[in-house]
Amino acid sequence: MRTASLSSPRSVGTAAVLGLTAATALSACSTPAAAEVPGVTDDTVVIGTHQPLTGPAAAGFASISAATAAYFDHVNANGGIHGREIEYVVKDDGYNPANTQTVVRELVQEDEVFAVVNGLGTPTHSSVLDYLAQNDVPDLFVASGSLTWDQPEEYPNTFGFNADYVTEGAALAQYALDTEPDAVVCVLGQDDDFGEGILAGVELAVGADGVASSQTYSTADQDVTAQIGAMKEAGCTHNVLGTINGFTALAVGTAAQMDWFPRWHVSSSGADHPTLVEYLGADVAPVLEGLVSVNYLPNSPSSEWYELFSRINDEYNDGAPYTGNTTYGMSVGYQFAEALAAAGTDPTRESIVAAIESGELQGNGIAPLTYSAEDHLAHRTVRIAVVTDGVQDFTDEAYTVSEAGATPAEPAQVPLENEGIPVTE
Amino acid sequence: MERLVFLLSTGLARGAVLALFALSLVIVYRAARVVNFAQAALAVVPVYVAFAITSATGSYWLGLAAALATGALLGTVVERRLMRLVPQDNPLAGIIVAIGLVMVLQAGLAIAFGPDHRPVHAPFPQRPLEVGGVGLMSPYDLFVLVVAAVVMGGLALLFNRTSLGLQLRAAAFAPETSRLLGVRVPRMVTLGWTLSIATAALAALLLVPTGLGLDPHAADVLFVNAFAAAVVGGLDSPAGALVAGLSVGVLVALVTGYASAAAAPPAVLALLTVVLLVRPQGLFAAREARTA
Amino acid sequence: MRLLLRAGLLTLLALGATFLLDPYRNYQLATATGVFAAVAGLTLLVGLTGQLSLGHGVLMAAGGYGYALTATRVESAIEGTPVADGVGGRLLPLLAGVAGALVTSGLLGLLLGLAAARLRGPYLAGLTLALVIALPSAASTIPGLAGEQGVRAPFVPVPDTLALLIATEQWHAWLAILVAACAVTPLVALRAGRAGLRMRAVHDDETAARLAGVDPGRVKAGAFVLSSLAAGLGGAVLAIVTQQVSPGAYGLGFSLLLVVAAVIGGLGSLGGAAIGAVLVTLLPWVVDQATAALPADLGHRLQGNLEIALFGVVVIVVTVLRPGGLARLFPDRKPFPSHVLSNTVR
Repeated sequence: MRTASLSSPRSVGTAAVLGLTAATALSACSTPAAAEVPGVTDDTVVIGTHQPLTGPAAAGFASISAATAAYFDHVNANGGIHGREIEYVVKDDGYNPANTQTVVRELVQEDEVFAVVNGLGTPTHSSVLDYLAQNDVPDLFVASGSLTWDQPEEYPNTFGFNADYVTEGAALAQYALDTEPDAVVCVLGQDDDFGEGILAGVELAVGADGVASSQTYSTADQDVTAQIGAMKEAGCTHNVLGTINGFTALAVGTAAQMDWFPRWHVSSSGADHPTLVEYLGADVAPVLEGLVSVNYLPNSPSSEWYELFSRINDEYNDGAPYTGNTTYGMSVGYQFAEALAAAGTDPTRESIVAAIESGELQGNGIAPLTYSAEDHLAHRTVRIAVVTDGVQDFTDEAYTVSEAGATPAEPAQVPLENEGIPVTE
Repeated sequence: MERLVFLLSTGLARGAVLALFALSLVIVYRAARVVNFAQAALAVVPVYVAFAITSATGSYWLGLAAALATGALLGTVVERRLMRLVPQDNPLAGIIVAIGLVMVLQAGLAIAFGPDHRPVHAPFPQRPLEVGGVGLMSPYDLFVLVVAAVVMGGLALLFNRTSLGLQLRAAAFAPETSRLLGVRVPRMVTLGWTLSIATAALAALLLVPTGLGLDPHAADVLFVNAFAAAVVGGLDSPAGALVAGLSVGVLVALVTGYASAAAAPPAVLALLTVVLLVRPQGLFAAREARTA
Repeated sequence: MRLLLRAGLLTLLALGATFLLDPYRNYQLATATGVFAAVAGLTLLVGLTGQLSLGHGVLMAAGGYGYALTATRVESAIEGTPVADGVGGRLLPLLAGVAGALVTSGLLGLLLGLAAARLRGPYLAGLTLALVIALPSAASTIPGLAGEQGVRAPFVPVPDTLALLIATEQWHAWLAILVAACAVTPLVALRAGRAGLRMRAVHDDETAARLAGVDPGRVKAGAFVLSSLAAGLGGAVLAIVTQQVSPGAYGLGFSLLLVVAAVIGGLGSLGGAAIGAVLVTLLPWVVDQATAALPADLGHRLQGNLEIALFGVVVIVVTVLRPGGLARLFPDRKPFPSHVLSNTVR
């Protein structure tokens, strides 16, 4: 009886292992001979990214990579960079680190990309940081404001894109103090490095005990009534939010329902006016009037970049609704194109990293980029934007943040040249 | 003090929704002796219908009626066409089929409507009414409490005061005897599912305006918290679902308000674990140990 | 003895198979192997003792955290010492990490197992479900787990002697296969032995088992711990392969996929668990490839959803029509005659 019971699992097990091998081997093919520089041929440069196109985070971010791809179409239609077209391979990770690990390996091993550009999210991108470093893949312009990307010693090929969260938090809080010296500053942050970074920045500006009430939310629980109630009761006048768009809308909406209208100072990651209006619905949207945010990109209807990006959006992105994500995605594209142009006529993985570290990249932001061999973050200056009459636009205030705190700065918008296509010598 | 009062009253309003959802779990448990793990997904489908109707007609009330009708229909169909086919020899089969159903429904909704949160507005203001300078619950919270109370009262009347209710209870507690006495037991099981999913849909509909909006996973956390409440109250006990639902709602509000949002799910987990270990039949159940 | 021989053969077969695959497939194979270890534990738990866990992903995460934290600690402890340069420098963190994975997943499994001993079907399922929902909060509340961002696990490079022969991915696939073999072989042995009989006895009739001198509570708790250890090793495998453990990777969807894999393969069948593990690892990728050809909007809607819907349908159909799962496509195992059962238990 015992042998009988043993025999069957064996055959099933053997069959399973064979099947497992066959299943994976079927679609397997031998690794193609490696080109001299992965992803670079005479007429193309293949780069890849991981983005949340599906899943709960997609609502906020799916439009970024579409905008970046549209910008590359614009570049390619105008002859590319050094005569090479940019091919942008977008992989969906659904904001799940397990998926990120899979798709990034696919990009590197199957698609043999030259570089990974603008991989989105702190938890997701953290999960491939070591892998990219071990394989010497340039890991450019990560879409997150975490300080993790700024470790040149350990991750020499990794560069962040966003202004870091501490910078944003400090600027938002400093602006609150500058407009209202008696401001009671409070913080609502996501319960991760985003919220913590914003809080650290606010504390940098107002002092560790200057925060009247500090609340957190978790993305799993879509109810912030208890937190907003606590902030209202603490007498907060200026709330700094380290929230993604959906929760910014939720916080502002919840407070309005309580008949409470404090000042809202919101991180660039959660202050995109068109997106917020969509969340709140047009009838509630007027509560967003006066909403303060920071940005480091030319996301202003009066900017020449904005005007160019709108045209590209109409031409190459099927006229998708223009939001802050459009500005963001196209700016990422511009910054990569500029780096690629600076990497020389025959770019290598080393030469593009060297070009970025050289400090000669300008970007298209409200101040020139600050990349260097020691600093792998580029936006240390942010500009204040306010919603007035339903339009979000920049004010003249800007702040540069260092360890000493946020100090007022002059915005120095990088001008637009050559139809937004980086000039190659 | 003011904060405590505010958190208590908010917690009660959220708890009313929890209690209603927990009650829906109790109804289906009493009728069919199953814990329906597909309750959250089944409850969200009617809310999508309500959303569509409200968007088309502008009337919240038509949407609400549509949600109730869709929930009832869905419950009936799922019991008749799916749950009835599940092999009865293994108690886990029902749970596994329910999990399959969750995957089909949630993925189907995501394919049909996309992953975006759809903003849903409450029919009443959500501004807390102030009593003596202290913010209490909002008119919408009151509305939720009243609806929950009316539905629970109605169901209590149905179960305790009508002949249909008597048949429902009889079919649940002693199916064989009831059959002999002429009660059509399968029909009673179906009716249990009908009532249960309609109630769950109502709870989900009441919940959605307080959150980020409608998405296929909008009721997932509600289900887990309501399951905890139903177990704490005793899966057999409607009164237990009411009291435990309100208590869990208050617990979550207090923990979120005084500790942090991150502490709420572990708190619910801890409560559930303690109750299951110390008194698995629930705090309000009359019957002894449970074997389902 | 025969069991060990067979396990060794199968392991060698799997190791040999890695030579047929390119690096990316080897990565997929390693991932599937980690999932296989967890599904094997789960399928035995459900199939033999009738306890349904919807939270095996959390047990994998526990193993992953245990591996990552221990291995990192050991790695930095031996850094700078002569040990670090030799083979020991490579092996010590790895072995310590695996031991750490066993400890953390075993402890969590024991806690759950104690609860499981007193609970049945829906209660245990609900409790483990609440556990999954609480994982992200727990990760951000418990110091050292680093919240959503997760913790890093040390990179295990290819040994110098093998470096010319195989790539990192293939080496990791080897490690994955070896660890999974260590996780699954004991399960096979236990199932075939007295412990397996006890589990079946308790599952079939608790009262009868009790009369025969078997303590149902202990058997159930023990089964849960064993199953957790296998899941923990699976988590360690994923940590070795990906060098990262974060709560986002172990969400509700993942735990449900483990159940799907067990059900599709046939509850209680280890061969079926292997098939199920490969399916849940590869199908999302296949759907991804297939939907890439569709228009962007439709493609995005189907991506990540279509496979879930398919899995849901398959689970329902298998449960309603073919409770044996895919394993039943192979020759059927004869059920235990009851007299054998009672004799052995006594």
